[in-house]
Amino acid sequence: MKGQAKMAAIAALITLLAILAGAGRLKADDGKGGGPTADVKIDNFSFTPQSITVAAGTTVTWTNRDDIPHTVVSNDGVFKSKVRDTDETFSYTFTKPGTFEYFCSVHPKMTGKVVVQ
Amino acid sequence: MTNKLRGSGLIDERMDELNQDGIDRRGFLECMAWVGTGLIWTVSGGIPVSKAFAKTHDQSVLKGGELTFAQISDSHMGFNKPANPDVAATLQAAVDRINGLATPPEFLLHTGDISHLSRPEQFDNVDQILKGAKAKDVFFVPGEHDVLDDNGKTYRDRYAKNSQGDGWYSFDKKGVHFIGLVNVMNLKAGGLGALGPEQLEWMEKDVKHLKSSTPIVVFAHIPLWSVYPEWGWGTQDSEQALSYLKKFGSVTVLNGHIHQTMQKVEGNVIFHTAMSTAFPQPAPGKADSPGPMKVPAEQLRSVLGITDVNYVQGTHSLAVVDSNLG
Repeated sequence: MKGQAKMAAIAALITLLAILAGAGRLKADDGKGGGPTADVKIDNFSFTPQSITVAAGTTVTWTNRDDIPHTVVSNDGVFKSKVRDTDETFSYTFTKPGTFEYFCSVHPKMTGKVVVQ
Repeated sequence: MTNKLRGSGLIDERMDELNQDGIDRRGFLECMAWVGTGLIWTVSGGIPVSKAFAKTHDQSVLKGGELTFAQISDSHMGFNKPANPDVAATLQAAVDRINGLATPPEFLLHTGDISHLSRPEQFDNVDQILKGAKAKDVFFVPGEHDVLDDNGKTYRDRYAKNSQGDGWYSFDKKGVHFIGLVNVMNLKAGGLGALGPEQLEWMEKDVKHLKSSTPIVVFAHIPLWSVYPEWGWGTQDSEQALSYLKKFGSVTVLNGHIHQTMQKVEGNVIFHTAMSTAFPQPAPGKADSPGPMKVPAEQLRSVLGITDVNYVQGTHSLAVVDSNLG
């Protein structure tokens, strides 16, 4: 390959790699293409932390570490997960401020709260 | 309610106590949980008479019975965690146990959590295994694991074709009136099981014109009495349902959900919960949460089981017998 073409090819390759790496990095960060994240663990029939406070625009991810399936259902119909078995997750991005109480519709004694500021 | 009784020695003592005291119409027994030993309860004229029996149980107590059916519960088809990696095998063992009963049951009641995740293949598996039961008719009520994601549509299409609302219905067998209730739908945050006004209205009408001498059997998944509200083991509006049954001389309430046997007698009403065929759960308050309880593998079948119910016509009594799977 002639010098200039070689440089162009390398540049293109570097750009391509940068794009791929960038895309990969974004995915690993939040899965939603940007914004802060927070995590809630589901285990022993509880949501932990039971109450979290996050900034508007945060994506909260619930991960079920229990050996029983659970759901994450907003008291006010704002969000509703499908049933989540062990190791499955549910994510919701809170765009508006407010207090969002939720529970597990399978085991309604399990309750939690997301406060969005 | 603490679980004080383990082993047939203590149970025999307790039984002697009760037989000597007698329990009058208004009395009630503390809820009792027992593991590995069957107990026959017969209520005659409001006075429970009990006989404890071991594995080679005395079937003569049940002779002359006119109606026999069996209850199974909480098969959780699809569950595969350490508490029981093979729930299909233990359900099969339950069917074998049913088929081995001296008086084969005419039909089965399944008090819910048939599947673990409401998946069609899980329901299919249970149906397949139950085909091997000598009793061909099975009457179901759903557990909370059977109505996931689709508000119970899959469940109703399969098991509640002739039902009302969320899947409640009633039927009669040999003069006994059976009522299948659904208390696992539309549960509210922080709440317990719930029947809802529509179902309660239906139930009131359903029993209104029955003679008070008609024995009643109510079956539903979550206990219709307050076993342990902290764990959701109760039904918010069950009092109202039970108020419609006040006139009846014999009411038997059969539930599941808690994966252990418990029994309470209150006036004319016997409340009874069945063991699971899949995995046990801890006694109320004995663990952080009501999840699956691991026991040594060789003990698993001793904490799983079926319930055999025998109705002796003319005495308005139902004999309720639990037996484990081995």
